[in-house]
Amino acid sequence: MAETRFMTINMGPQHPATHGVLRVVLELDGEVIVKATPDIGHLHRGVEKLAETKTYHQSIPFTDRLDYTNAMGNNLAYVLAVEKLLGLEVPKRAQYLRVLMAELQRIAAHLIWLGTHVLDMGAITPIFYTFREREAILRIFEEVAGGRLTPTYLRIGGVSKDLPEGIDEKIKAFVQTFPDHVKEYETLLTKNVIWMKRTKDVGVISKEDALSWGVTGPTLRGIGVKYDVRKAFPYSSYEEFNFDIPIGSVGDVYDRYIVRLREMEWSNAIVEQALERLPKGPIIANDPRITLPPKEDVVTDIGALIRQFKIVSEGFQPPKGEVYASVEASKGELGFYIVSDGSNRPFRFRIRTPSFANLSALPRMIEGSLIADVISVIGSIDIVLGEIDR
Amino acid sequence: MTEDNLTVRKLKDKFANAILEATTFREEVTVTVSKGEIFEICRFLQSDEDLQYHLLTDLCGLDFFPETPRFGVVYLLYSMKSNQRLRVKTRVGEMESIPSVESIWKVANWYEREAYDLFGIRFENHPDLRRILLWDGFEGHPLRKDYPAEGPDFDKPFVPEV
Repeated sequence: MAETRFMTINMGPQHPATHGVLRVVLELDGEVIVKATPDIGHLHRGVEKLAETKTYHQSIPFTDRLDYTNAMGNNLAYVLAVEKLLGLEVPKRAQYLRVLMAELQRIAAHLIWLGTHVLDMGAITPIFYTFREREAILRIFEEVAGGRLTPTYLRIGGVSKDLPEGIDEKIKAFVQTFPDHVKEYETLLTKNVIWMKRTKDVGVISKEDALSWGVTGPTLRGIGVKYDVRKAFPYSSYEEFNFDIPIGSVGDVYDRYIVRLREMEWSNAIVEQALERLPKGPIIANDPRITLPPKEDVVTDIGALIRQFKIVSEGFQPPKGEVYASVEASKGELGFYIVSDGSNRPFRFRIRTPSFANLSALPRMIEGSLIADVISVIGSIDIVLGEIDR
Repeated sequence: MTEDNLTVRKLKDKFANAILEATTFREEVTVTVSKGEIFEICRFLQSDEDLQYHLLTDLCGLDFFPETPRFGVVYLLYSMKSNQRLRVKTRVGEMESIPSVESIWKVANWYEREAYDLFGIRFENHPDLRRILLWDGFEGHPLRKDYPAEGPDFDKPFVPEV
């Protein structure tokens, strides 16, 4: 008596192509996926609970560790939310420095994505190219902020340090050479027959489905929906920069690849503009109850030392209320929803991460396709488990 | 300012009794509604021609312990047509459940599972309401205010028997 049964395959949690500890339970009919069930939470660290026990300043380092490839962007989303709650005005120079760093970080994050995504599918060469450029960006971060992967550069009200001497030249050198490097990646992939066969018409999702599943970022723009938080709700002076939002048409893995490549070029253009037009002035707002005093003052002036001590140990008390502020992170819309009860700790600290919503659409993208496509689809939605599990 | 908002006006026309409060704080519009009509309100906001809140940006729980009703559920919606956000809030008691909006926005599936996992809020008509971040068999709901941040077994270290 013949009986048809589906085979269940456990992909992950330890699998090089799941970019962390993601487990997907796949039910297969031959090579075709009948049902896919993502299983997340292996990296859950309870950041939302932890932040409720900390003052507002103390939570900044947690945000670096959400999407650890996009630390500057995460910092930015969080400090924007707190500044909105406080109604705090940030100096122009700090806003431009934030844009500069966030866009460099976006390039770095997309470079990790590109390298690992194609590596998953068997192309070993590009990762060496992309990590070469990423290293240049991380060296810039190291000089500016002191850290590479988790720089914690932003502060509530501004940034922690001004640019060091001579860094302009290094950023300029990077900006000038980067477009040629993008062309290099393109010669390896864009018209590569194997690459096109693996990515064209794979992982397609319709516009209606993508919106219903809350998909944002390059994954949504690949379908042709022009939604980018930088344009929809400009923050940190993005309205003063000249850039475009690249979009795709089909919404397959290949379109997402093209969208991200073009996005890197636009980010590069934004970095160039920010550096050219960098205004002079203070790098952090001067509100004695909220912002940290400059480091030179702390070591020379007792008043500044006391101010620093008060802010670090007690924090500040924002007004009662709730705010949501979001940025266009490298993966999509990253938002912080903060509810304040008027005390020095947040009542509720909610992180809306792009990867969480994007991953929930994974079954929709892969059900009915071949098992080999799972690898390319997971790579193309660019998930980081650190921000899914929080 | 809140009264001028088209969404608030339309909601007040259609669900006069269910809209408890509409406020604006830092240019963000928040509408507090009663739990009973949350599903109809969400469906209206999503499908109305003038509003078109097609994107459920976020859904999360809140714990107001020791107040009653204990929990809050917050929906953050985004309309591409008008480029506006709207926050819809409602309250739900500890022993109650709230209608799921999974059939309106599919992403609510995971968001509601998360709220169930971390707060213990139960959603009616949810297709697959089980824990998402924590493992099956985990006891308690960590984001509740009466759950200790360091964990309930902080002072009882696990020592394996040799």
